[in-house]
Amino acid sequence: MADAGNKESAPIGGDEFTNTELENNKNNTMVEEGSTLLRRMEISVAEAEKRTGKNTVNMQEIFTVYLIETRPIDAITEGHNPAPDSLWRRYSEFEILRNYLLVTYPFIVVPPLPEKRAEFVWHKLSADNMDPDFVERRRIGLENFLLRVASHSVLSNDKILYHFLTEEHRWKEVVYETGFQAKADSRIKALSATFRVKNPDKRFTEMKHYSDELQSLTSQLLRVRARVADRVYGVYKVHGNYGRVFSEWSALEKEMGDGLQSAGHHMDAYAASVDDILEEEERYADQLKEYLFYAEALRAVCRKHELTQYELETASSDLISKKQQREELATGMVRTFSFKGMTNKLFGQETPEQREAKLSLLEEQIVQGEETVTEKTVECEEYVKGAWVDMQRFKEQKDRDLREALIGYAVMQISMCKKGIQVWTNAKECFHKM
Amino acid sequence: MSRTIDAVVSPTQTNTIPADISGQMLDLDEDDDLEVFSKDSTLADGNMFNASMQTSPGSMVNQCKFEEDEEGDSKDIFITVDNPESHVTAIETFITYRVLTKTTRSEFDNSEYEVRRRYQDFLWLKGKLEEAHSTLIVHPLPEKFVVKGMVERFNGDFIATRRKALHKFLNRIADHPILSCSEDFKVFLSAQAWELTTYKKQGPGFLSRMGETVRAVANSVRGVKNRPEEFTAIQEYVEDFSNKISCLDKVTQRIVKEQKEYLEELKEYGPTYTLWSGSEEELAEQLKGVAGCIERCCKETEEQVGHLSDTLVPVLHEYVLCAETLKAVLRRRDNIQAEFEAKNETLATKKVDRDALKEEIDKLEDRVEWANNALKGDWGRWQRSMRGDLKSAFFSTAEKNVDYYEKCLAVWETFLLSQRTEPSEETDRDNTP
Repeated sequence: MADAGNKESAPIGGDEFTNTELENNKNNTMVEEGSTLLRRMEISVAEAEKRTGKNTVNMQEIFTVYLIETRPIDAITEGHNPAPDSLWRRYSEFEILRNYLLVTYPFIVVPPLPEKRAEFVWHKLSADNMDPDFVERRRIGLENFLLRVASHSVLSNDKILYHFLTEEHRWKEVVYETGFQAKADSRIKALSATFRVKNPDKRFTEMKHYSDELQSLTSQLLRVRARVADRVYGVYKVHGNYGRVFSEWSALEKEMGDGLQSAGHHMDAYAASVDDILEEEERYADQLKEYLFYAEALRAVCRKHELTQYELETASSDLISKKQQREELATGMVRTFSFKGMTNKLFGQETPEQREAKLSLLEEQIVQGEETVTEKTVECEEYVKGAWVDMQRFKEQKDRDLREALIGYAVMQISMCKKGIQVWTNAKECFHKM
Repeated sequence: MSRTIDAVVSPTQTNTIPADISGQMLDLDEDDDLEVFSKDSTLADGNMFNASMQTSPGSMVNQCKFEEDEEGDSKDIFITVDNPESHVTAIETFITYRVLTKTTRSEFDNSEYEVRRRYQDFLWLKGKLEEAHSTLIVHPLPEKFVVKGMVERFNGDFIATRRKALHKFLNRIADHPILSCSEDFKVFLSAQAWELTTYKKQGPGFLSRMGETVRAVANSVRGVKNRPEEFTAIQEYVEDFSNKISCLDKVTQRIVKEQKEYLEELKEYGPTYTLWSGSEEELAEQLKGVAGCIERCCKETEEQVGHLSDTLVPVLHEYVLCAETLKAVLRRRDNIQAEFEAKNETLATKKVDRDALKEEIDKLEDRVEWANNALKGDWGRWQRSMRGDLKSAFFSTAEKNVDYYEKCLAVWETFLLSQRTEPSEETDRDNTP
């Protein structure tokens, strides 16, 4: 959490921007308040390429790299058209960046990456990471990730992010130097630990509950949608058989021949049309998947809060118990049952010197404990503040994005219906001519 | 239609026929041949195509012309098949259907008849018609049992499908210029149950029917030697047609299956949006909206599948059966010709009563000619029906599909309209090619 609240801005270009620039910025919907990286820099993931190389166990492997292009915005608006700076990154590097961000800004709902492997596939889509459609959708997903991060009021100011976008070779060294890896490991442990918080913040509990629901609901939706897609594919493709048989049959007939032949062509077209239809629907699925993964990130923020709260509660109760011990030692009164009290009764009390030593140790511990409690309290309060702001931001973004996704889905359905009307109207006319 | 003799059996052929079989043929054939194909002077004129096709002797009421009566010909007989009812006896359970006939034809005593018939009766009628008019194309009956799918004979869908097919069967016969004049047909439509039973018992007895079968088998073994080119062409067509129509039947049934499975998934899909809406505030309305759209599309899909099952599937199935009927008709025609050829050979090779045999051969020759012309005439008629039926079924299917997509389009457009409250939020993406 060291960089929390650090608003060091990256040294690139000026901070002026006009309203026209904003409108021209195609990522209008993602521009946040405050000065974000995206306002100063145009970012895109332009291409994907295959490379070969050796992996960690020294075996040949093929992997895909993605080209990240950046250009300073003020240069563009001034009428110049500079060539973009660019570098190649592979998916695993994006993962490192994201893990770094998760650890460094635990109170932020960090945008997710596109899925590592194709999930919720229906039968036509291969789960092959080399499949060109999959690679293309991943390219879009990675670009989306960068745009979201670069337009986030807190995340966009991160130096490591900037290095990721601009320095091809040294970046990995730099990011590992931050020591985030160790924190990442302990974070994972903490997130899966079970502990009970005595005074949970209701808002966070509700938010965590919501994140669980969002996860289960979107994954169920994605599963059923994939099955529906599979069925749609089946229906359309079987019609292709009509095309073949009509064509063969038309050779037998005199009067019906022409009508059958052309009807057959329309059946072929109908069967073929489903590929594009379903490919487009895949983008809708991707939009839902993004929020499936976002749900995970949201949950992590809530869990981190619980952990912080728990640590505070533990520190407080530790302090209380230490104070109690001091009191007991000072007054000789045993108020509650304690092992010490028992041993005292059984073996007799200790010497005054022993007691003094213990007391001063306790005093030290109490001082430390009070510091810890103060720290933890501040930590908790700051966390709550930052997290709550970001969770609100996330909620608004989610509502906007999903609403747009649903509208997009309706548009896709309309397009599909229109194609269907066209094909079957044509077929109808052909049958009429039979 | 001109009268041409296609058979080119040379009387000098030397193949012999086993004497015993030919003897049987001569004995058992006579009555049938005389009834149907006689050159008896009681016929109005010598033109075979105006010959009465009644199976019971002496019944010469209608001289049905074998002309095409496509347009302008008024229908004078209307038949409906409906009202299936279950009957339970000690021995069996069966279904009867009400057959209602309304007609202005003079050979019917009344203008209206209401009788109840069971599947067996329809089978009997078909058998009689095919017996009397072996080279006419009789529309197929629905099958006795359904092999795959339903096992229960009394399943509601099964009965409904069968009823429609029986209705079509009778109406096709009624539309046929020759078949509709059949006495058996008349009896079927008008006789009370006990009358029909009595009537069925008449006619060629068991031995006679046996003879038919033996003869048919012998003929098919013998084979035909000089089949006219046009019938070979028809046979090739029927082979190909049979393949194609069977294919279409299978494809269509597969489509119905896939559509039904799609429908099942859709029924689960809508509720996932509704479920989600329960956890959302701002989004709840949109999510419920999408769920509603999917639900309405479900209903449309259900209707579309129903239409496919009711309209296209039965027609294709009928024509699969038709193809089999056609093959049988062609076989029978071949057999008639084969018999003629065999007798001709006998004439050339054996020492028999040449006069008697010659007379018989002449009758057979006429029979061949009549059979060929009947088939040729009916073939044209069948092709027209087939074209009409299939064109209409496919057209109707395409029309329904257009309707289906139009309704779904309206559903989604309504939803979209409800979402576009502010112009700034519009995304112009709905004009994808």
